Amino acid sequence: MAAVAASAGWLLRLRAAGADGPWRRLCGAGLPRGFLQSASAYGAAAQRRQVAHFTFQPDPEPVEYGQTQKMNLFQAVTSALDNSLAKDPTAGKDRVFNTPLCEQGIVGFGIGIAVTGATAIAEIQFADYIFPAFDQIVNEAAKYRYRSGDLFNCGSLTIRSPWGCVGHGALYHSQSPEAFFAHCPGIKVVVPRSPFQAKGLLLSCIEDKNPCIFFEPKILYRAAVEQVPVEPYNIPLSQAEVIREGSDVTLVAWGTQVHVIREVAAMAQEKLGVSCEVIDLRTILPWDVDTVCKSVIKTGRLLVSHEAPLTGGFASEISSTVQEECFLNLEAPISRVCGYDTPFPHIFEPFYIPDKWKCYDALRKMINY
Amino acid sequence: MKGQPRSRRGEGRISEGWSAKMAVAAAAARVWRPSRGLGRAGLPLLRLLGARGLARSHTHRWQQQRHFSSLDDKPQFPGASAEFIDKLEFIQPNVISGIPIYRVMDRQGQIINPSEDPHLPQEKVLKFYKSMTLLNTMDRILYESQRQGRISFYMTNYGEEGTHVGSAAALDDTDLVFGQYREAGVLMYRDYPLELFMAQCYGNVSDLGKGRQMPVHYGCRERHFVTISSPLATQIPQAVGAAYAAKRANANRVVICYFGEGAASEGDAHAGFNFAATLECPIIFFCRNNGYAISTPTSEQYRGDGIAARGPGYGILSIRVDGNDVFAVYNATKEARRRAVAENQPFLIEAMTYRIGHHSTSDDSSAYRSVDEVNYWDKQDHPISRLRHHLQSRGWWDDEQEKAWRKQSRKKVMEAFEQAERKLKPNPNLIFSDVYQEMPAQLRKQQESLARHLQTYGEHYPLDHFEK
Repeated sequence: MAAVAASAGWLLRLRAAGADGPWRRLCGAGLPRGFLQSASAYGAAAQRRQVAHFTFQPDPEPVEYGQTQKMNLFQAVTSALDNSLAKDPTAGKDRVFNTPLCEQGIVGFGIGIAVTGATAIAEIQFADYIFPAFDQIVNEAAKYRYRSGDLFNCGSLTIRSPWGCVGHGALYHSQSPEAFFAHCPGIKVVVPRSPFQAKGLLLSCIEDKNPCIFFEPKILYRAAVEQVPVEPYNIPLSQAEVIREGSDVTLVAWGTQVHVIREVAAMAQEKLGVSCEVIDLRTILPWDVDTVCKSVIKTGRLLVSHEAPLTGGFASEISSTVQEECFLNLEAPISRVCGYDTPFPHIFEPFYIPDKWKCYDALRKMINY
Repeated sequence: MKGQPRSRRGEGRISEGWSAKMAVAAAAARVWRPSRGLGRAGLPLLRLLGARGLARSHTHRWQQQRHFSSLDDKPQFPGASAEFIDKLEFIQPNVISGIPIYRVMDRQGQIINPSEDPHLPQEKVLKFYKSMTLLNTMDRILYESQRQGRISFYMTNYGEEGTHVGSAAALDDTDLVFGQYREAGVLMYRDYPLELFMAQCYGNVSDLGKGRQMPVHYGCRERHFVTISSPLATQIPQAVGAAYAAKRANANRVVICYFGEGAASEGDAHAGFNFAATLECPIIFFCRNNGYAISTPTSEQYRGDGIAARGPGYGILSIRVDGNDVFAVYNATKEARRRAVAENQPFLIEAMTYRIGHHSTSDDSSAYRSVDEVNYWDKQDHPISRLRHHLQSRGWWDDEQEKAWRKQSRKKVMEAFEQAERKLKPNPNLIFSDVYQEMPAQLRKQQESLARHLQTYGEHYPLDHFEK
């Protein structure tokens, strides 16, 4: 049945092309009504756009920060920016503006603003494009206070940038470059998992007296919706959060991947009777060694997962530190479930990402070690 | 601020409003006169471009009203304000007869055009002279001290003292300075004490930078001189951001940004220029074109007409000056400052000069240039000699005073030098502070780890030279 339907579909398409030429086909003219219908009409042979590899779980409505509103992640970011702008009564178009297309200029300019003491929030359109600004971030922003003996600093600079896989972003709209910056003393690197976290962490970055990079998981911009306080509030930096307590395995991730490992924890409980402790690292640099180690001392097993490539990824730093601090507590080698050591591919994204099945499998191996 | 009438276009004369846009074309076949009037070029240009082009120059793109009409054969492109031409012609960059070099004094220190004489009081001009010569003396002694292994590294300012002092003198004390590394004369003019110059070079306990950087990486918050960093041209977009913040704060402050002609090749320079123009920042870009970037001569650095010719490409008012003429540098900087603040727009000053010394103590420039070439500049066209001749011709200085000042300045430098040598280096704990405003737990652990290490292995480290 499916095969007939498929070939019928092909026939229809060919005929349409022959009759009116390729241009008409493109415009949809001269085609049988309902031609462009759902992909399932073509049957199993047809490709369909993938469903998300995670399920966003909103956190319970926060009560301690006053009135809340349903916001998705980008609305939460906007809310944080609005709160921040409202602190300075001098309004004007000269406060939120476009610049020429030049990341090294954007960050350098932001540093200069911050040097005078004003607050600068610079946006890099995709984290994949942050590299022209790498020199300004690593050689300048990170070292400003240190090299001047604290005569000058650019602590009031925050750089925010969309980050991580989005389903179809490929090499240049999917990257997670936190590991490059983790190697740079002097800056802070933060990745939120949800709208509520995003607003609180972003406000903390803006108010922090050190230059901060805030990576926003773009796939969550619309997919993540929850109740977020309307008023400003802060979530502390360099503090990881245990979002699910457990006793057998510690799972660590940040950003979108937190939702993947959360689901893995549920699967482990259901299928294996294994109790997982799930930690959202939140700040990559400086990272909360104590919370992670405390957890591993309890569970004896650690799995770290991120989309970024395995080699030199931030999981290697966590792994190395944990084995130093908790060697005798470990029941199994530390497991890293990460992207492959390749650029981020387009059509192969479902195979590339460290999805729940890969995490589940690694967890199972650890349990049986 | 945006929303208010933009004084930048209103205040400038038509010639300057035009030359910013048209200098690229104007430079094509004729010498560009930066000052009054359009000259011979004027009428044909105006006719070619028409009144509509003129009106357009007074408005922002987003404020323009476009009236589309099928009968309108004029260009409608948002990207350029220009007329059509039906003759195929490439604009010829003019490097044979480039942007002329503004000067006030001749090589003998005589004022050429009396109307350009800034008429500065004697006291001020003497301060110019003393700053330049004191810098020169300090350079000689510190260069020598590196040769003797007392400091690790040094960069002299020989031949460029005029660019530092002339420009610094034209600024307000609170104007923010972003430098590259060869602008010590700016700090000298702002009365940065010899003790602190030396402290930074020696990295001793008095160093405001806490011993973290190589010599000549000065900084002074009090004197509004942002700490120098080694990467080239990184200061350029930063200076622009600082200028933007100063504009928003209505601070009546200009930012000056120094860099060499080599650093001007960096991407950060392009970024800075473009941002300054589009975001309308009160900034002076001051390029010290001294002929060399270490061993790379200007012929291998660029093919166009130096750095001044790039300004108009960004929409920046630009001038080229004789960097060895301290009055020319002063006049240009003074006028640029006045207009940058009044009109919120950037200015580009390219100060032509010559790097008489080696790039640094790690360089031996005899490997790539002749002694004759260096001697010419040292003997025939030196900013200090030209000013001295000027002072002498005015009766403001003589050989007696010269002798006395040489002795006195040398004594001052030697005293500061000896003191700096004797001081201890700062406590090694300062390795760990100021990375962040607060010290993170991991870093504190590392600090403790070094302390424990030194308890056991301290004899292998030069602890005696460091503060406990």
